Amino acid sequence: MPLRATHRDAGQATVLDLSGKITLGEGSALLRTTVRKLLDDQRTRILLNLADVDYIDSSGIGELVSAYTTVKGRGGELKLLHLTKKVHDLLQLTKLFTVFEVYSDESTALNSFQ
Amino acid sequence: MGTDPKHLEITLETQVDSVNVAEEMCLRVAEAAGFGEDDCYKIGMSVREGVINAFHYGNKERPDKKIHLAVDLTNDKMIIHVLDEGTGFTLASVPDPLAEENLLSTSGRGIFLMRAFMDEFDVVSGRTGGAEIVMAKKLPLQENPGTNGQGSQGASPHQGA
Repeated sequence: MPLRATHRDAGQATVLDLSGKITLGEGSALLRTTVRKLLDDQRTRILLNLADVDYIDSSGIGELVSAYTTVKGRGGELKLLHLTKKVHDLLQLTKLFTVFEVYSDESTALNSFQ
Repeated sequence: MGTDPKHLEITLETQVDSVNVAEEMCLRVAEAAGFGEDDCYKIGMSVREGVINAFHYGNKERPDKKIHLAVDLTNDKMIIHVLDEGTGFTLASVPDPLAEENLLSTSGRGIFLMRAFMDEFDVVSGRTGGAEIVMAKKLPLQENPGTNGQGSQGASPHQGA
């Protein structure tokens, strides 16, 4: 399934709800352009909801890292919410759990921005 | 699955969609060979990463170059070959993506994932002069009573035409 992205305001943060695959091509490109648009709108506290992302390849992992460093470079924060098992295991395997803040509860995640 | 070795090969264009074509083809073979869902995921991801490697690093995304994919099913394993038309590389030259200084790199995890997900993995110099990724997954044990995977002799370069 191609990646879909919608965002919603949640207090001082923006939740970016993603569904589908983050893979080489359109999926990775959509994540990149969506995060850049949010930054252009001065939304620098971003919570990526990955509950409906069932597949990520190395290109998608690279795009997550790129989003993280881009947001951080603009003085913001990017955190992850609701990882599926496959995505969880991939982040563990690649040691990216030591980089990302990961949450399983949206309220807790949103409170962490304040 | 029968005991006769089976061989499939396909020549792919250097384009993004070839990654999906290769993954889907190998997934069908893996499912028919009796691999479970988790192994199919790992095989599919590894094929995907192998073809991404050929597309991006090997062929430099040049449409005049091809990607050669071959799959062999033997008595005890599924062997996958991904050959590009680049200039080749050695595994020793690939940075460790788990090293502290590489954790924030936006690329360079494909080889690591293939090594993690497959039972055997190697990169050799292919007949095109490019890199040939050779990787294998042992067939599920229930499909091979009596072998217990001991017949595995390591992934070897593809010798087909």
